[in-house]
Amino acid sequence: MSSPDNSIVVEGLVREFKKGPRAVDGIDLRVEPGEIYGFLGPNGAGKSTTVLMLTTLLPPTSGTARVGGHDVVREGPKVRASIGAALQEAALDPMLTGRDHLRLQSTLQGIDRTERKQRAIELLERVGLTEAADRKVGGYSGGMKRRLDLALALVHRPRILFLDEPTTGLDPQSRTALWDEVGRLAREEGVTVFLTTQYLEEADVLADRVGIIDHGRIVAEGTPSSLKAEIGLPSVHATPADDSDRDRLAEVLAPYGESLGDGSRDVVVRLREGLAGLPAVVRAVDDAGLTLATLEIQAPSLDDVFLAKTGRSLEGSSGADADAAEPTA
Amino acid sequence: MNNAVLAQVGALARRSIVRTLRQPAAIVFPLIFPMLLLLVNSGGLDASTQLPGFPTDSFLAFALAVPFIQGALFSTMNAGTDLAKDIQTGFLNRLSLTSMRGVALIAGQLAGVAVMGVVQAAFYIAVGLIVGVDFAAGALGILVLFGFAAVISISFGAIGTFLALRTGSGEAIQGLFPLLFVFLFLSSMNTPRDLIGVDWFRFVATANPVSYLIECVRSLIITGWNGEALALGFAIAVAIGVVATVLSTFSLKERLART
Repeated sequence: MSSPDNSIVVEGLVREFKKGPRAVDGIDLRVEPGEIYGFLGPNGAGKSTTVLMLTTLLPPTSGTARVGGHDVVREGPKVRASIGAALQEAALDPMLTGRDHLRLQSTLQGIDRTERKQRAIELLERVGLTEAADRKVGGYSGGMKRRLDLALALVHRPRILFLDEPTTGLDPQSRTALWDEVGRLAREEGVTVFLTTQYLEEADVLADRVGIIDHGRIVAEGTPSSLKAEIGLPSVHATPADDSDRDRLAEVLAPYGESLGDGSRDVVVRLREGLAGLPAVVRAVDDAGLTLATLEIQAPSLDDVFLAKTGRSLEGSSGADADAAEPTA
Repeated sequence: MNNAVLAQVGALARRSIVRTLRQPAAIVFPLIFPMLLLLVNSGGLDASTQLPGFPTDSFLAFALAVPFIQGALFSTMNAGTDLAKDIQTGFLNRLSLTSMRGVALIAGQLAGVAVMGVVQAAFYIAVGLIVGVDFAAGALGILVLFGFAAVISISFGAIGTFLALRTGSGEAIQGLFPLLFVFLFLSSMNTPRDLIGVDWFRFVATANPVSYLIECVRSLIITGWNGEALALGFAIAVAIGVVATVLSTFSLKERLART
């Protein structure tokens, strides 16, 4: 008997809305079994629309997608049976308790009556909600709701998990706890994870591979380290001890690489010669008689990758500029 | 309907009941508001019983039928707004991602509404017994009243479900609620149809299906066993329920865009 197919294979997927833009514009991607795939992009880039199509909640305009070996259009029920999903905004009933939710979800997923109670206990413990299990969800914090959402997605032991911006709005502690659980699911249980996020750190820490989507198209794909290696060059971040020296410092560093200045107090330059150019930078600053408060070397980040591929920075771009274009249902 | 679907219906009905019980306003208004209206009407319109041909000498007994219909109207609003909330919050998407059958969603929602309808009926009947109303059809008639309360709750609940699935908006349903009450006020709620003196009102009340629902309940309270009233009441309630449920089913297919 062959092992189940836990992959996600997408070819030329398109979704157009009648009065809106082409939210997803012909994407191709492949997620291998047991892999954590980070789908990175700003609000309105097409992340959630892609997830809705892959989870069978929105029919594609064209293209094909197979999830768990099943076509999302022709074999919707089979796709749904093999996936778990925690969609954007944990949709929970404030009048039900955590345990009520698990009971309802497990019944609707066809879990055997004798197993339901034990499965609820096990999942509540796993996401740290045992003590709050019998409290109404209306009183839960954002982190608790997200953890319950994850537990609900796992009720029927899915082989593939879709997490749509699972840590948006969470405090750092809750975020780290959720990352740990998602990592454990992939490593220990072989669950394939499709994770959309607008947080670079999240993709960097969690994802085996990353796809960067912008305006409905995938503009870069690879492992975080390979993507960063494509950019290759580190950047130097220098802060003058005296703020009035900032412009002069920028002039001094300009010959050593492309300026990445963003109006902050730092002067940021991508070193054209890599780390080999650092001694010359230090000498030039010294020769100019400038005193620095800080000097840091930073390896390329995924934001640098995003900047290189799209011409703008992802950090801070998650505002409301494109929110309206992102469908929520 | 196989066992899995029955289990789904049970789980969704349980949820419908639990969340209603945990919202005091959803319980208190359908119980208290009709009783207040009954109190006001029976105080102000008691003299109507002096009209020649009025079927009873107790206006309270005559008007006790009305709360059953008002309670069912509240079922419309509760079922509709609850489902609309599920659509607005994305909870329906969560349900759509499970193996849930569409029929289970509608049946579960309506089963919960039916249970609440029976609870409301028990309250109205208890109040009637306490204030001395003599139920002409006896204990068996009270049992039939419970059954009828469940049927009209399902029928009106199905209207609420349909409206929720069409509009996806709780506000839209709340906006339609007063319109549904107009049907009640343009019925035989306060006067028997044959005693309504204004021609146009008598015509409207005769054409208004709500009149026959009230008269079905009223017959069990003040007349005894009236086959025609019972048949008309049940037939109209079932017809409303069937039409609204079919419309809900089609709307659900559109709303659940899952492949």
